[in-house]
Amino acid sequence: MNRMLPSVENAQTIAESDAVAVERTLAGDRDAFRVLVERHSHNVFRLAYRMTGNRPDAEEVVQEAFLRAYQKLGKFEARANFGTWVYRIAANYAIDRMRQRKKEEARKVEPVIHEEGTENDPVTLVHDAAPTPERLAHNMELRKQIEIALAALSHSERTAFVMRHWEGCAIEEIAAVLKSSSSAAKNTVFRAVQKLRLALQPFVVKGTQVRAMGTES
Amino acid sequence: MKHMTEEELIAYREGVAAQRAVIANHLAACEECRAELERIEAVLAALDTLPVPNPGDDYGRRVWRQIAPRLPERPARWWQAWFEPQRLGALGTVAALLVVAFLTGRMTKRGPIGNDVANKEQIRERVLVVAVGEHLGRSEMMLVALSNAEPLNPAQKQVNISAEQHRAEDLLEENRLYRQTVLMEGDANLASVLDELERVLLDVAHSPEEVTPAQLKKIRQKIEARGILFKVRVVGRELQERQKATKPAPAQKDSEESERNKA
Repeated sequence: MNRMLPSVENAQTIAESDAVAVERTLAGDRDAFRVLVERHSHNVFRLAYRMTGNRPDAEEVVQEAFLRAYQKLGKFEARANFGTWVYRIAANYAIDRMRQRKKEEARKVEPVIHEEGTENDPVTLVHDAAPTPERLAHNMELRKQIEIALAALSHSERTAFVMRHWEGCAIEEIAAVLKSSSSAAKNTVFRAVQKLRLALQPFVVKGTQVRAMGTES
Repeated sequence: MKHMTEEELIAYREGVAAQRAVIANHLAACEECRAELERIEAVLAALDTLPVPNPGDDYGRRVWRQIAPRLPERPARWWQAWFEPQRLGALGTVAALLVVAFLTGRMTKRGPIGNDVANKEQIRERVLVVAVGEHLGRSEMMLVALSNAEPLNPAQKQVNISAEQHRAEDLLEENRLYRQTVLMEGDANLASVLDELERVLLDVAHSPEEVTPAQLKKIRQKIEARGILFKVRVVGRELQERQKATKPAPAQKDSEESERNKA
């Protein structure tokens, strides 16, 4: 799990400082909201990018999440964590965006064109200092397969997987976004990993036989 | 030795396993399960190589510059949330029903003052009965559509159920509202059916938009196993009966007026 979690002391300081910024915003100091935007934008962008899989949509999700957070700030409970709250808003909007995107793509015939930039450069996937052509080709193929496998997940599955595996969110947080029970959210995480495994295992561990699980030896 | 299931190993790896210590102990002793866990981890590690672009150090400032002109002077107060378009839609339906109920009440014969409270209760019940009845009707239509869903083209291997899925999402919101109201009104039986319906709606809302015929069969079997379509139909009929039973007596304005004229 890659979520960059601050230390307990830091988290407490941030939460207290967030609470002050929320209070000041509610009192009419609009600039106080700027602190919250600048502090949480990167984290929300990371979540949004992993959910939508592309930068323009992710940036739109970030903007919309903060706009919605501002509009709904009156409903924000003082005891809650602003970071978690805006995360939830972003995840909900990202689900809407993914649905919308799917409909748009269904109407188009052309395949999705990914944005250009170093983040899509297969070289960035290679950790070896001197990538061989074979390794490069394998990484390009793997990256393609990962994108296909993630795109094949349902919106709920992708959300649950991103929030749990990459963002380290609690099952209760995921359940709140998916509007489901905790056990249903847990099952969704499981289903997502199972599907990803089915799709990616042949490209990850070639020639390895998967045993029938839950069997006795 | 009984091995761990894939579900248990994934739950363990993702930190959501209920019996973490039991799985850890088993893994310590079972080479085969350890190997299986490693295979799961290899896939997850490959997924972790998917990079996230760095939006830049000034990203937060850029976001602020982009949204600042669109922010109202002050954030909305909690009560303003009631005026969001989604809520307004639901409120509009309830308001329309209340107006109908009010007008129906006005057209009925006015009884003694002591009956006013009973009449108000009756009207409120009627409104709820009409609203829940319509909700069940819409849910029934969605479930029937799902039961009859087929690929558009026989050559297609997937069935698109996105329309039903979106309807289920909308119905889910309504269902929660009605279940809570019905429960407050003390109708435990109706609340129980709505609760069961909510579970089915949740299942449908969280299904993939495109499913294989086997997955669709599974969803249908789940619906059938709960007998929810039958229950929704039966309760729908019951509500129609209740609606008829609580229907006010026809207005006797004309006859009263002629009596007055005679006098």
